[in-house]
Amino acid sequence: MTKNAISAVIFLSIALLLTAQAVAQASSIPVTRLINPEDLVKLLQNSDKETPLMIQVGSHVLFAQAHIPGSEYIGPASTEAGLQQLRQRVQNLPRTQFIVLYCGCCPWGHCPNVKPADDALRALGFTNVKVLYISDNFGTNWVDKGYPVAREP
Amino acid sequence: MKWLIAATVLTLAGLFGIHSVRRSYSSNRLTQPMQEQRLAPDFALPQLDGSELRLSSYRGKVVLLDFWATWCAPCREETPGFIELQRKYSSRGLQIIGVSMDDGPEPVHVFYQEFQINYPIVMGNAKTGELYGGVLGLPIAFLIARDGHIYAKHMGATNSSVIEKEIQTLLQ
Repeated sequence: MTKNAISAVIFLSIALLLTAQAVAQASSIPVTRLINPEDLVKLLQNSDKETPLMIQVGSHVLFAQAHIPGSEYIGPASTEAGLQQLRQRVQNLPRTQFIVLYCGCCPWGHCPNVKPADDALRALGFTNVKVLYISDNFGTNWVDKGYPVAREP
Repeated sequence: MKWLIAATVLTLAGLFGIHSVRRSYSSNRLTQPMQEQRLAPDFALPQLDGSELRLSSYRGKVVLLDFWATWCAPCREETPGFIELQRKYSSRGLQIIGVSMDDGPEPVHVFYQEFQINYPIVMGNAKTGELYGGVLGLPIAFLIARDGHIYAKHMGATNSSVIEKEIQTLLQ
């Protein structure tokens, strides 16, 4: 391998690394795996449709203030403890179980939780997982829209 | 040579991507000068050393109340700017107070040491968030005037120069 080729490979590696960083975690989830808030609301209102298991994978302080009624708190999936909780919660479920993951702690491109959670469920073989696309945060894109909200007492 | 050109293009694309992500986030910020300025809700919360911090005890100072969390990337990016603001304006009456929305204090202790934060951090909770209209996304910062009224609310990462101008106005 020539000196130029070696330089090019090193340069390419750095370029790929930078590009990977630019594609922030949640932003790298394929669009086909996302569900919009309005579509989830419609789905929840339609009794004919299968109700998904909804899991909040963010902070408990945020969950306690407001969350989707019926959803479960697991813990931040950006931590190993949160991921472990998630794996335990779903371990006995059929791999076809419809699951919706959501967080809403931060703008989409900065959310540290949904991508690791989605990856963990995929790795376990779940085939019907959607991630709730929250562009700004749960307050702006869910609560302020007037969608159903529950709070911890 | 072709490899080198391709690598250069990819590098530039990567850097542009990072820049775009950050720009798009910054543009999400919302600055809201309060039309009907309300008194900042008082609270008493534990600091990292266990002692209690009461917001109203800072009446007479300009307070920047920053809701944040260690796992929140934009919050981490803002922190050095806040440290600098505290250093620069503390003698003129600025007090920054961080309200951590982490679920526990352990990562906050580590963060506090790592960044050598020069302002108090308290552990927030859902009730504190609700007092401030719901802290359902981070970061959110409230700028409070010397008389205790909320002067501005910043949602999302905000350039410290924007906050600095407001602080200068309030410190006059």
